[in-house]
Amino acid sequence: MAERLREKREVEEFKKEHFLRNSKAEENRQKENQAATRIQSWFRACKVRAYLSHLHKKAIIIQKIWRGFTARARFRQMVKAAYFIMKMNFYEEMAVRIQRRWRGFFVRKYIHNFYARKSYLEGLSRKNELLRRELDELEELQKRERDCLEKIKEQTAMVYQAHRLHHLLSTEQCPGVFNSPFKPAPHETELLLRQVKYQAPTRLVPRGRTSLPGMPALATSFSGSLGSPWIKTTRTSCSSKLTLPPIINKKQQGLFREPGEVWEQRVFCPDLALHLQTSYTHLEEAQNQLRQHKRTQNMFHHLIRSSSCFTQPV
Amino acid sequence: MSQRQIVQVFEQYQKARMQFVQTVADLSARPQNIEILQNAGVVSMLRPLMLDVVPSIQQTAALALGRLADHSDDLAEAVVKEDILSDLVSSLASQNRFYKRAAAFVLRAVAKHSPELSQAVVASGGVDALVLCLEEFDPGVKEAAAWALGCIARHNASLSQSIVDAGAVPLLVLCLREPEMAIKRIAASTLSDISKHTPELAQTVVDTGAIAHLAQMILNPDAKLKRQVFSALSQISKHSVSLAELVIEAEIFPAALACLRDQDEYVRKNVTTLMREVVKHTPELSLFIVNCGGMAAVIDYLGDCHGNLRLPGIMMLGYVAAHSESLAMAVILSKGVPQLALCLSEESEHHIKAATAWSLGQIGHHTPEHAKAVATANLFPKLLQLYMDASSSEDLQLKSKKALKSILEKCTYLPALEPLLYDAPSNILKHVACQFSKVLPHDSKARRLFVTSGGLKKVQEIEAETGSPLQEYINAINSCFPEEIVRYYSPGYSEVLLERLESYHPA
Repeated sequence: MAERLREKREVEEFKKEHFLRNSKAEENRQKENQAATRIQSWFRACKVRAYLSHLHKKAIIIQKIWRGFTARARFRQMVKAAYFIMKMNFYEEMAVRIQRRWRGFFVRKYIHNFYARKSYLEGLSRKNELLRRELDELEELQKRERDCLEKIKEQTAMVYQAHRLHHLLSTEQCPGVFNSPFKPAPHETELLLRQVKYQAPTRLVPRGRTSLPGMPALATSFSGSLGSPWIKTTRTSCSSKLTLPPIINKKQQGLFREPGEVWEQRVFCPDLALHLQTSYTHLEEAQNQLRQHKRTQNMFHHLIRSSSCFTQPV
Repeated sequence: MSQRQIVQVFEQYQKARMQFVQTVADLSARPQNIEILQNAGVVSMLRPLMLDVVPSIQQTAALALGRLADHSDDLAEAVVKEDILSDLVSSLASQNRFYKRAAAFVLRAVAKHSPELSQAVVASGGVDALVLCLEEFDPGVKEAAAWALGCIARHNASLSQSIVDAGAVPLLVLCLREPEMAIKRIAASTLSDISKHTPELAQTVVDTGAIAHLAQMILNPDAKLKRQVFSALSQISKHSVSLAELVIEAEIFPAALACLRDQDEYVRKNVTTLMREVVKHTPELSLFIVNCGGMAAVIDYLGDCHGNLRLPGIMMLGYVAAHSESLAMAVILSKGVPQLALCLSEESEHHIKAATAWSLGQIGHHTPEHAKAVATANLFPKLLQLYMDASSSEDLQLKSKKALKSILEKCTYLPALEPLLYDAPSNILKHVACQFSKVLPHDSKARRLFVTSGGLKKVQEIEAETGSPLQEYINAINSCFPEEIVRYYSPGYSEVLLERLESYHPA
């Protein structure tokens, strides 16, 4: 019995214990379940983490290698490009140097030659100086010629006056107006009067003529000093209009013809017409006529001989 | 009555007519008698006498009519109204040389007054009659006919065209070769009058070979002939490049430069006019004239003469300088700028001053070198004064302003620019400030000079609207200097300092 009781008690205790334990286990089941779940999840997590980190490491290795490869390729490319750019820059710089030299040379030679311009301007100033000097000389020369002409005019006027006043020349008996006895030497007009040879007045001397037939040697000294072309032209134009000395009306002796007649004959221009006094074929015509005449004469002679009677000659 | 008595009556009448006509001719030689003669109706009295039987009465009547018509406009119109011209022209063909001379004189005296009277002469057939006279042998007739044609051609182009159509030009060129000086002069003057109107007329004159004959007469000693020859050549060459080149090909230069020292001032003027007309067309022609040394000769000529005679020389310098900068430099090297400065100060006429200002503008506007040459001749104040002067004509003001502006745009010579800061109006001041703002940033010595000469002070005093170009230039100038200096020179700085003094309490 005791054992049954003990067994009952043990079963009861066991039931109680079982119930207690069940209830405790029931109570703890949630907690333990959760704990188990937690532990399991933690373990799973660890597993997964380990797996993931393994994966990550491997992925990193792959990516590392890939990135290194790509970057090296790109870097090689960059190096090539940089090298290329450096080369191009170098070439460009050299090309700029060449172009610079060429453009300078070309512009200086063909478009705007600075030294040519400089030498042109220098030459121009020299030419200007030369021209100014030459023009000054020319003006000087012209002035001298004009002065000379003026002097000649004055001298001619004085000589003309001396011609008109020839009667005031002093004689042995009576000193002239210009030869005052109270003065030591006679006046210049007096000297001029002595030099001038008297001429019968023909016409009034036209003004401005430089050469007169009776002019003393004074004026010729002036004309000798003139050597310029302009004076020559005026002299030639003057001489073309020179008044001739008067024609002496004495009749010439002998069988000479009148001068007017001779002159007319000299100047007479015969009518230069195309037709002559004798025609162009005059010679042939004359020859023909002669032949005909001879023929007729022969015929007549024949006739005369034949008929023996005299007829009038043709 | 017996025959002798009847003939005596006619002789008395003839003597009376002769005496009347001769007295009228002598009276009409004096200007004071002409009014009285006109009131007495002398023109209608002389008209029948021109158709008189006796040739000497005809000639004297024509001479008297010519002198009357020569004197005044209304008498010439009276001559035209009385229809004397047609009588003259019809009898011109048949009469002797004295009558022709007198008739040509009448035609000239009528035609010279106005284009309408010349048109009347042309309408009555005067031109053909005169051209017939040109074929005469007598030099007096040729001279009178050529002179009459010249008077007709002077007025306008259509009259010249009618003369050319009548075939006068070859005859005139033949007249040029005559030995008598008077005919040569008149022929040259008539050719000049014909060719001055249009290029076609000038081309007609050139086609008859006039240039070669004119060129031969350049060094003739007669001054009046040279005047007309050069005038003719310049009228021909003024129209176009080809005509000018033809004139140059006749190898006139450098021989014509000798005529620039001629005694007669009008010869000199006409040579310079010819050079001006040639030079204005192309740079090559200018270069040719410059290479002959024409520049020096013209500048010396400018020094010798005064007044209106200077105008062609001044314009020639302007035209040469306008073509290119090397030619402008040639003008400067030949000492052209001091001469032009002299002209500007000596001359009083406005159109001459305007021409001088224009020439200076053409010389100075090429490069800074040229502008410096103009500036050193102290010309900026003068040009400014001409521009600002209220009594200058519009043309003068405009030209001096343009010249000043164009030279200022290239001028970098600062000492000449500084005086302009003081009196210039704002539109000129703008350019001056612009030049300063270009030069000052780069030149330290110039900056120092600018400050010490008071230029910076003046610049601060200029008032300009903000945002205008002048203000920008002033700012650019101010930025070349340190702040303190700019503030020091700004107006009213002394007051600012004094205010600071008043508010200062010593510690």
